[in-house]
Amino acid sequence: MFEHYLSLFVKSVFIENMALAFFLGMCTFLAVSKRVETAVGLGIAVTAVQAITVPVNNLIYNNVLREGALDWIGLSEADLTFLGLITYIGVIAAMVQILEMTLDKYVPKLYNSLGIFLPLITVNCAILGGSLFMVERDYAFGESVVYGIGSGAGFALAVIALAGIREKMKYSNVPKGLRGLGITFITVGLMAIAFMLFSGIQL
Amino acid sequence: MQFLKNLIHKQEKHFIKGGKLEKFFPLYEMTDTFLFTSGKVTSSASHVRDVLDLKRMMMTVVIALIPAVLMALFNTGYQANLGMKQMGLSESSHWQGQVVEWLGLGHDPSSILANMVLGALYFLPVYIVTIAAGGFWEVLFAIVRKHEINEGFLVTSLLFPLILPPNIPYWQVVLGISFGVVIGKEVFGGVGMNILNPALTARAFLFFAYPAEISGDKVWVAVDGLSQATPLAQFADTQMTMSFSWWDSFIGLIPGSMGETSTLACIIGAVILIATKVGSWKIMLSVVIGMLGMSLGLNAIGSTANPMFAVGPEWHLVLGGFAFGTVFMATDPVSAAMTEQGKYIYGLLIGILVVLVRVVNPAFPEGMMLAILFMNVFAPIIDRYFINLNIKRRLARHVA
Repeated sequence: MFEHYLSLFVKSVFIENMALAFFLGMCTFLAVSKRVETAVGLGIAVTAVQAITVPVNNLIYNNVLREGALDWIGLSEADLTFLGLITYIGVIAAMVQILEMTLDKYVPKLYNSLGIFLPLITVNCAILGGSLFMVERDYAFGESVVYGIGSGAGFALAVIALAGIREKMKYSNVPKGLRGLGITFITVGLMAIAFMLFSGIQL
Repeated sequence: MQFLKNLIHKQEKHFIKGGKLEKFFPLYEMTDTFLFTSGKVTSSASHVRDVLDLKRMMMTVVIALIPAVLMALFNTGYQANLGMKQMGLSESSHWQGQVVEWLGLGHDPSSILANMVLGALYFLPVYIVTIAAGGFWEVLFAIVRKHEINEGFLVTSLLFPLILPPNIPYWQVVLGISFGVVIGKEVFGGVGMNILNPALTARAFLFFAYPAEISGDKVWVAVDGLSQATPLAQFADTQMTMSFSWWDSFIGLIPGSMGETSTLACIIGAVILIATKVGSWKIMLSVVIGMLGMSLGLNAIGSTANPMFAVGPEWHLVLGGFAFGTVFMATDPVSAAMTEQGKYIYGLLIGILVVLVRVVNPAFPEGMMLAILFMNVFAPIIDRYFINLNIKRRLARHVA
């Protein structure tokens, strides 16, 4: 069992990296990677949100939305999967709201540096993607916890690496037309080539 | 020599600002500094007096690569001649082979001369194409962006053909080196400012864009229709038996990319690089330690389904691009970690990842290229960690 969780974790961090294998959550990925401190903060925030929302959505899906899931109140025919998207987004929005208030109270420095991007995690495709992958692959509760943490950690790893590169690139003499987002897109593409190291590993 | 110097310097007026050919100053500067030392010498204070400049450093790497190039020439020809002998062919279907036949050298794998000439006919065109295509971009960027043409390109353009299979189509060589030079290096501002190793970027691009010509069993020996798996692929496949001895692999008489097969040549190169302090021994040593630790660990774990688990560290050392990558690619001073402690972490992780990919990733039999690229991505963050650690330590000392 432990081995299964470990391989799921490795898979979600490296092989199916949210940012560099699926290219999900690109807006935040590109925008909040100018400085390493902020990137670390964003990485922690995404991991935290992911670690909570994926298992919560898993519980909701398995106990309320799934076909026949409402058996326990006598509605065995009900199939509420069409409510999936809106429910997941609702859960994510609520979780982000709570996280935002917590950060504002206890870590105001990080709260200020994340700025608009913290509320934007609500609509971050990596977060919603995590919940949708969980449903599609039919993860059990334990698996969803591991997958949530793993996919969040993978995103964090990628965004921190990109921030490190971008800080180093301050010394690079990039052509005028490519400065800023242009060269960042190219860098992300090159990083994705390097991450293909893991593509093909079967776990 | 003085005559040549005068001749070149007489042309200078056309290239400096206001001259007719002012746009082409980088070309003039390149020719001038390539042949003579720079005419400009600092006269006031704060002048670094060191014989080792970027130019000499790059030339040292080129010299360290010479054994690998010689082995590339020999082994490419040797493998082709051996393959033809095995298939019972006496006439080659490639122009390279026909030139050798026309010269009357034949296809005898025991003749060193025949092997060298045939190998040179495979290697040199690829090298020339690399220089021409890569040089074109290098000069174009130097002229438009007004920076100097740098010797770093000499290293990149020599490394790149060495890590290609002998029969690679020339148009792919052009595409690959163009991607490596432009996207891998020039868009970041040229030598010293790139993130990934340009030669490896170029090869990775070809590997994913045209896998048929750069992976599999058919490409490593320059004979049409001969299927010869690399030793790593033979280990990974339970159906095949290992057909090469350890010593053959060490010397480099195995099929593979042109210049990467010989561990011996790489060790000679490593000695040159370490003795001149151009390459970091810390990185080389820690890559080897990482490989040792990981392969011994996997040997201990063992596996019934995957024969790669049982491959010992002595094989990992001599097969594939491990030695070549360790000595010439991982130590690239631009894309590797720069802090002294960071080099150990960087190297260790490369060694671990290589073995991991070779053993557990069925998609790639060899993982050296991508393991180095992967760690190139993380080198800045490793450096940053150790730099901050140092700042903290010094701050603490200052306060106390």
